[in-house]
Amino acid sequence: MKINPEKCVACGNCTYVCPMGAIYIDRKTHRATINRDECVECYACLNGLSQEHLNPIFVRIIRRLFQTFRLRFDPEPDVCPTAAFEPDELSWPRVVRRAFSDPRVPHESTGVHGRGTEEVKTNDVSGRVQLGEVGFTIEFGRPGVGVRFRDIQKMCTALAQSGVAFEKKNPVTSLMTDVARGAIREDILDEKVLSAIVEIKVPVERAEPIIRLVWEVEKQIETVVALGVGARCDEHGEETVVAPILEKLGYKLERAKTNIGLGRITNPAGQAIDLSRLPSPSGAR
Amino acid sequence: MTNTLHRFGPAESFRDDYVVFAMCSKGRNDQDALPRLRRFLELAVPFKPVNLGDAIHGAALRPSKHMTPASHWHRDTAPDFPAVIRGLTGPTTVAAVFDNRPAAEDFVKAVKDAGLGLSVNISTSIDGAEQCCFAAGIPRHSVGYSLGFEGSTEKLPNSKVLMLSTMCGHGMISHSLAKKLIDWVREGRRTPQQAAACMTRFCSCGVFNPTRAARILDQVARGESQ
Repeated sequence: MKINPEKCVACGNCTYVCPMGAIYIDRKTHRATINRDECVECYACLNGLSQEHLNPIFVRIIRRLFQTFRLRFDPEPDVCPTAAFEPDELSWPRVVRRAFSDPRVPHESTGVHGRGTEEVKTNDVSGRVQLGEVGFTIEFGRPGVGVRFRDIQKMCTALAQSGVAFEKKNPVTSLMTDVARGAIREDILDEKVLSAIVEIKVPVERAEPIIRLVWEVEKQIETVVALGVGARCDEHGEETVVAPILEKLGYKLERAKTNIGLGRITNPAGQAIDLSRLPSPSGAR
Repeated sequence: MTNTLHRFGPAESFRDDYVVFAMCSKGRNDQDALPRLRRFLELAVPFKPVNLGDAIHGAALRPSKHMTPASHWHRDTAPDFPAVIRGLTGPTTVAAVFDNRPAAEDFVKAVKDAGLGLSVNISTSIDGAEQCCFAAGIPRHSVGYSLGFEGSTEKLPNSKVLMLSTMCGHGMISHSLAKKLIDWVREGRRTPQQAAACMTRFCSCGVFNPTRAARILDQVARGESQ
């Protein structure tokens, strides 16, 4: 993203809307300026701000006048008065920032918008997480902190060493050069994104060790982590296996997303899931 | 759309927050999904959602690319549901947000009866979702628990800011904007509803809940803790 200095009037509205706090008013140029190293190309500024198309010279004169008399104009806070934001042409590896940060851009690897993952949201048709299994979504950088792939790799490496398999249909997995080692391609390790999700699946008995491993790695990385834990409910809609493990670890379960099982495979080439073949909780891996 | 999962706040704070969303799975039920996704949104409207959206085009309240100076005094804060429904162009995630459980329950029942074949999820408190399923006579298929935020949590703002900003899990509502609008409401420069509408415009998939946001803003401005 870039800000056209000919248009910018340094109103400062954009400095508040940047999720990374990467926009500031340069005291020398008196223009809004983007810290490109911190900018994650989420386009919240361009897409979120409403735009006026006022004459920049006129606006600057008015602003100077108001400033001189210490008057405060009280405009709407989510407006760029001169439509000064202009998309930059992004090349590799910087384009990775936008792929992981702008929710309107679908991930090429999965075709899914947002962070590009389906998780248990489509478990009723994908059968991704079955009884006796636990699906983890380990999300980095959220909310509002951001993450560099170097930190994500630390977690991936640790998880790989513990023997877990990464979800194949996942944007982070698609950027690994060695999935068995959890190694992410070298040329993007310093790229910063708004957030990214690593997905794994383990047998339920491994849930606690995995969470403890995540806790350990969290101490070594400089961002926030949001853990999501997906589980299949039994035929009565109850989930009594994973929740007790989480509560034993000290988590207070407040919120969840609940797949209510209305999905059906409708594509002609799709293969139906035979629910009767799903393993029982005791025999599952 | 894990963006609805990690909303910050105790379970009680989701009493007016029910996100019901539908999506198709690539290669499994995405063919001819468009009319079914559109139908999902159409079914929601009679139950008076507070927001509606799709993950590509945005919410029922969107930023304007051609504002005039007069707009500063006459800002439109009414959601445009037909625009969301008309604007759907292809398979994506669609969402309807309700501010009360009876409406969410009735909507879930209607979606079940419609037999759309899409994967439908309810994102709210665990108890709230269970109640919706019970009312609709549907056993839960799968559940995705939010374990909250960990790691370098010292980088996060206070809980009230988080309750607002995490309502767009894609992170399009910055902590700074949420903090600024809390201050503006506290100073009397904007009403809670105006401030909530401002944040709603930044949410790019329509899952932001302006009713919950206005309630939180009002409570914070009056110095209430919850």
